[in-house]
Amino acid sequence: MTNTDATSADPASFAARAPRWHHLPVVHQLRQSVGLQRGMLVVGLVITGIFILTAIFAPLLAPYGFAELQDENGNFGAQQPPGGAHILGTTVGGYDVLSRVIWGTQTALAVIVVAVVLSIFAGVLLGLVSGYLGGWLDRVLVVIADAVFAFPTLLLAIVAAIVISGGQSKLLGGVLAAAISITVVYIPQYFRVIRAETVRIKTEAYVESAKVIGSSTSRIMFRHVLRNATRTLPLIFTLNSSEAILTLAGLGFLGFGIEPTSAAEWGYDLNRSISDVTSGIWWTSLFPGLAIVLVVLGITLVGESLNDLADPRLRTRRKADSPTATPIAAPDMAATSATDSTGAPA
Amino acid sequence: MINAPIKKVVDITNLEVTFATDGGDVVAVNNVTLSVGAGEVLAIVGESGSGKTVTAKTILGLLPDTAVTRGAIVLNSRDIVGMTGSQLREIRGTDVAMVFQEPSLALNPVYTVGWQIIEGLRAHKGFDAKQARARAIDMLGKVGIPDAENRIDYYPHQFSGGQKQRIVIAMALVLDPELIVADEPTTALDVTVQAEILDLLRRCRDEFGTAIILITHNMGIVADLADRVAVMYQGDVVEEAGVEQLFSAPQHPYTQRLLAAVPRIGKGGAMASARTAERVAAGTVNMAAPVVVARDLVIEYGGRFGRNNFRAVDGVSFTISPGEVLGLVGESGSGKTTIGRAIGGLTKITGGSLEVLGHEMLGIRERTFRPVRRDIGFVFQDPASSFNPLLTIAQCVAEPLIVHGRARDAVEARSRVNDLLEAVQLPRAFADRFPHELSGGQRQRASLARSLALNPTLLIADEPTSALDVSVQARVLELFAELQKELGFAALFISHDLAVVDMLSDRIAVLYKGKLVEEGTGDEVLGAPKHPYTQRLLASLPVPDPIEQGKRRSALAALKAAD
Repeated sequence: MTNTDATSADPASFAARAPRWHHLPVVHQLRQSVGLQRGMLVVGLVITGIFILTAIFAPLLAPYGFAELQDENGNFGAQQPPGGAHILGTTVGGYDVLSRVIWGTQTALAVIVVAVVLSIFAGVLLGLVSGYLGGWLDRVLVVIADAVFAFPTLLLAIVAAIVISGGQSKLLGGVLAAAISITVVYIPQYFRVIRAETVRIKTEAYVESAKVIGSSTSRIMFRHVLRNATRTLPLIFTLNSSEAILTLAGLGFLGFGIEPTSAAEWGYDLNRSISDVTSGIWWTSLFPGLAIVLVVLGITLVGESLNDLADPRLRTRRKADSPTATPIAAPDMAATSATDSTGAPA
Repeated sequence: MINAPIKKVVDITNLEVTFATDGGDVVAVNNVTLSVGAGEVLAIVGESGSGKTVTAKTILGLLPDTAVTRGAIVLNSRDIVGMTGSQLREIRGTDVAMVFQEPSLALNPVYTVGWQIIEGLRAHKGFDAKQARARAIDMLGKVGIPDAENRIDYYPHQFSGGQKQRIVIAMALVLDPELIVADEPTTALDVTVQAEILDLLRRCRDEFGTAIILITHNMGIVADLADRVAVMYQGDVVEEAGVEQLFSAPQHPYTQRLLAAVPRIGKGGAMASARTAERVAAGTVNMAAPVVVARDLVIEYGGRFGRNNFRAVDGVSFTISPGEVLGLVGESGSGKTTIGRAIGGLTKITGGSLEVLGHEMLGIRERTFRPVRRDIGFVFQDPASSFNPLLTIAQCVAEPLIVHGRARDAVEARSRVNDLLEAVQLPRAFADRFPHELSGGQRQRASLARSLALNPTLLIADEPTSALDVSVQARVLELFAELQKELGFAALFISHDLAVVDMLSDRIAVLYKGKLVEEGTGDEVLGAPKHPYTQRLLASLPVPDPIEQGKRRSALAALKAAD
């Protein structure tokens, strides 16, 4: 009792002191974390930050273009070992490995952004409507979502990629195909999460109090339910981003990705380097593979740490040990004395 | 004092507990020194946040990792502070046992109660299965579970709330602990069941010689059971005295305030008759058509497939006249909240007739009823959850004004919101705070402000003070009475607490299992109750006066014997 009261009272005083930017999603968690959890979050944030910066500055960082096969000295040559003009060597197709890895971040980021944005909007809206209105609409949507869940995600993504791109693989078409096929797979996840939250929030007293006030259904849905239902989204967002990269790489690996002349894509490069592995040419597969692993690791670390920090039971705290700690101000008693001092009739 | 020659079971000296929280370290218990002798009941009273539960949990070493404990707790000449997990496990159950607040959460639903009692026996005493079972049956019989031989194999859900608490007490007693820590053991129970559990705890003390630390916020329970009382306030023990001395001559100003805030039956009668006289003088009584008329009202909840519907409200008839406060009293499951929700249009009625402000609620459509809602205010039970946590208080209070087109947005409604907050005596600066930054009492006042925003003719208050501390409750009730007098709205006041209802209501209706068993003015219902249920309800309510409570206890026993 006392414990929870103390913790629930604290954010109040905390909020009064801390400047506003401390409450931004990731900044707040970073300040809140300690020990190993903080380490995980920082590592994740650093890797993710490098990933995003590389994507933005790819044209400056990459020594060559992603589809470049030759410079003024002639062709690069296929399967050149690392060193010299090609720090990480060249691929079987004669591309520079380092440049392909760097340009690949752009493709990955574009796919993540498009896929997650699309699925968040569609999934959240459907989940909200389905959960709040209920009835036959809810049942139909849940059945569809379950059916989508039942398909192997990669198979579904392949089918969607074929339908969308029609076999073409330009940059925009390829990115969109990959993104939309990932979207199809992830909409049910957002739908499920938001629907469950909506069903829970629907019975909360503040929704009922909005109802007895006479608020319209759409006002209740968007003003009272939606904003409270989206708390878990940052967590699914980060976890899904890493899954989106894996799905994109999987699509590329299976040959449903983007042609090397349209954009650099790690999954495609891995696919092309299969035969190299057995012939001792390690650099063509290692670096795109490492890129995938690192980005997935970084985003997953951020997601998992946010998840742990969001749950007060999983969150680690510093040990309380300062003898000068402020004595607890019991909230209700503070209230009584406050009203007494405002001149309430005793 | 009486406990001087008696052996001390537990001796707490200079206990200090500090918690690490997101907002820095918080001292929950500050230099507390207490002791309990064998066969003695020490009550620790205080409001939420006073550190009483933390003190008790420290005795069992149940605090989370974020807590740091200093000082000494000597239990049977061993210091608990700094014990390892296995040492603590050894003393838990055998030396000290705990009875929790919510019995349905303290029992594991997938094991039989017998299994759960025997688990403790086998862990500590090394009994074989047969001995342990015999001992468990014996103990269940002692705590008053009838037919213990068979019911030992029942699952927790097959028992009522009161019986579950008996079983939890049996689990605590079965290892013969010298000390039982009971943390709000009756808060989750109805008042008639509460009286039985208090009797049982009294027997534990008298027959088994167990020392009991009783943690409660209810002064009536203290008067009923305790031998000695420690009053805690903000982590400190501010007063410690024998029970009779504490109630007759409280020393510390906080204790005096606490005792003065406890609602007592009989206080309200005079207020109600004064109000009625005023209204008769003004000539408004019974002149206008009633705002609520219920005739043979039936509300059923759909049962699961193949089961009968559950009838929550069964043929209830009553009226509420304009400007009148009807108090609705009943225990959990009596249908009182359902009636309130039906009037507010949150629950559909299934039979009879319910007319609210001239609209028949049987089969009404939400679209038709929506404009009527501006004349109905609703105050919910739990102030913590009845505000959207992402809106400021000003935005929350402005909601009804915006919805009904009195203002375009919260900024435009601001002056009205300020007036409303002033009416409920909240400082204007609170308008820009978020709900979690307010205390329970402040939130409930903001809730009252919101329900009054449109000057409703009818206010439904569903247990508005049951989540509040007693001194805060007193302020909120006072405020409610003042506002009602000033604004003259009719009100349905729902509560399980007779004393609270008595303070506010013009008339009181008593519900029992969905039926209205008694209705009348406060004097009639509480002064000379006719229905046996009302009589039992009234007799079970502990009063904050140990001598008076002793008399009432024997009266209740006589009443029970007569049944």
